[in-house]
Amino acid sequence: MKYYAYYPGCSMEATAVPVELSIQAIAKPLDMDLSEIEDWTCCGSSPYGSVNKVEAVTIASRILALAEKTGLDLVTACSSCYIVLSEARSLIKENAELAATVRDALATVGLEYKGTVHVRHLVEVLFNDIGVEAIAAKVVKPLTGLKVACYYGCQQVRPRYGFDDPEMPQWLDLIAASLGAEPVPFPLKARCCGSSLIISEEDVALQLINKLLTNASENGAQCIASTTCPLCHTNLDAYQSIVKRRFKANYNLPVLAITQLIGVALGLDYRALGLHKNTVSPKDVLAPYKSKLQEVKT
Amino acid sequence: MRKNSPQSFLKEVASIPGSNKISECIQCGVCSGSCATATHWEYPPRKIIAMVRADMRDDVLSSNSIWFCVSCYLCTAHCPRDIRPANIMHALESLALKEGYKPPTHSPAMYQSLVGSIKRNGRVHEFGFMFKYYLKTNPLAAIKMLPLAIDLLIHGRMPLMPKKVKGKDEIKAILAKVTAGGAQ
Repeated sequence: MKYYAYYPGCSMEATAVPVELSIQAIAKPLDMDLSEIEDWTCCGSSPYGSVNKVEAVTIASRILALAEKTGLDLVTACSSCYIVLSEARSLIKENAELAATVRDALATVGLEYKGTVHVRHLVEVLFNDIGVEAIAAKVVKPLTGLKVACYYGCQQVRPRYGFDDPEMPQWLDLIAASLGAEPVPFPLKARCCGSSLIISEEDVALQLINKLLTNASENGAQCIASTTCPLCHTNLDAYQSIVKRRFKANYNLPVLAITQLIGVALGLDYRALGLHKNTVSPKDVLAPYKSKLQEVKT
Repeated sequence: MRKNSPQSFLKEVASIPGSNKISECIQCGVCSGSCATATHWEYPPRKIIAMVRADMRDDVLSSNSIWFCVSCYLCTAHCPRDIRPANIMHALESLALKEGYKPPTHSPAMYQSLVGSIKRNGRVHEFGFMFKYYLKTNPLAAIKMLPLAIDLLIHGRMPLMPKKVKGKDEIKAILAKVTAGGAQ
């Protein structure tokens, strides 16, 4: 069993509930202990940094300090939390004035941040700590023939904090392949989904989403195997019908978080994986891969 | 106008954490070429950086440009001088808000609504912050978004009430200390 200090992030309690359910469902079978950081608060997300950077870094440091106390690596599945916490960590390290502000602010609530905690993304943990061989070994229902477009989004792979290649990452593809699925070429796999502009500048974000889905569909994908980022998942899944109407598109691409896809291959219950909470139903695409166990349960 | 000294704007931007390397920009334009949304910007990222260095405070802070940054960091991945253009755009956004500029986009209102939710609840309450945002900017758009909201509600993805988080008091205390310290 491998132990981590798990930071869900705010969206995992709302729009990304299906993603969070699947993360919790696959953790134990893959020998991961994801203990939630007690009494966690928001990391600030990207918008806070655009309102007040010093405040943003300081509230992120609360999470870093709480995680550090556990002595474990901080793991988050949200790409925005990941980049915000990683950035806070390195800004505190390189900026003495900021470090002093953070120290004084944390002291008012009896916390201390020493700068030793590691910030990691769940996909990186799945790839490096668990490993594709170990995942493959647990597969009971290979996803043979399922054509997937692996979508990484942006913040998970970008420097200065990202991992894997910033433009042509491979890890999700390798994980999907270990499940027996067939990753299709997907040139836009690391392009942005529009993030929160979907709320304030909807047209701009809808265009970006349409480009991604069109690209995936033209390359023969039957579904998207997405990173665990809540915003990527929501934009591609929940907004898909709006995008289709706007651009008169005829693709139909269920968006499965990679953790949902892993869960299917591990033979886990569909409801436990939150698949019934996906807006674009993955039922038809996954029909050939139901294990006997799943047929009994659903 | 606060053009007290030459390049005061540049110094102010460079003093915000993460934007300190703005002076090292060589104006190659790779940031603009990488940007996912540059076609929507009044002035694309390279030009914005040039304008900051030319002390064009009003033009930069009143334009819609910086608010189209989606924080995808492709510019930052590509920048040959490692100046982190995305961070510079965030810094400019914070200055525009602080100084009360009213750029022609709803993004500032959305960001403020989200930050308000964090301060009130300790965590972002998605339904609450979006409801407030739409009410403030465009209630008609809220009606248009109703089918999506209902869809998410049915799928159990849109809790109507915020969760009670103990840590929210700690967030308040932490922020009070930062403000007392005079951080911008």
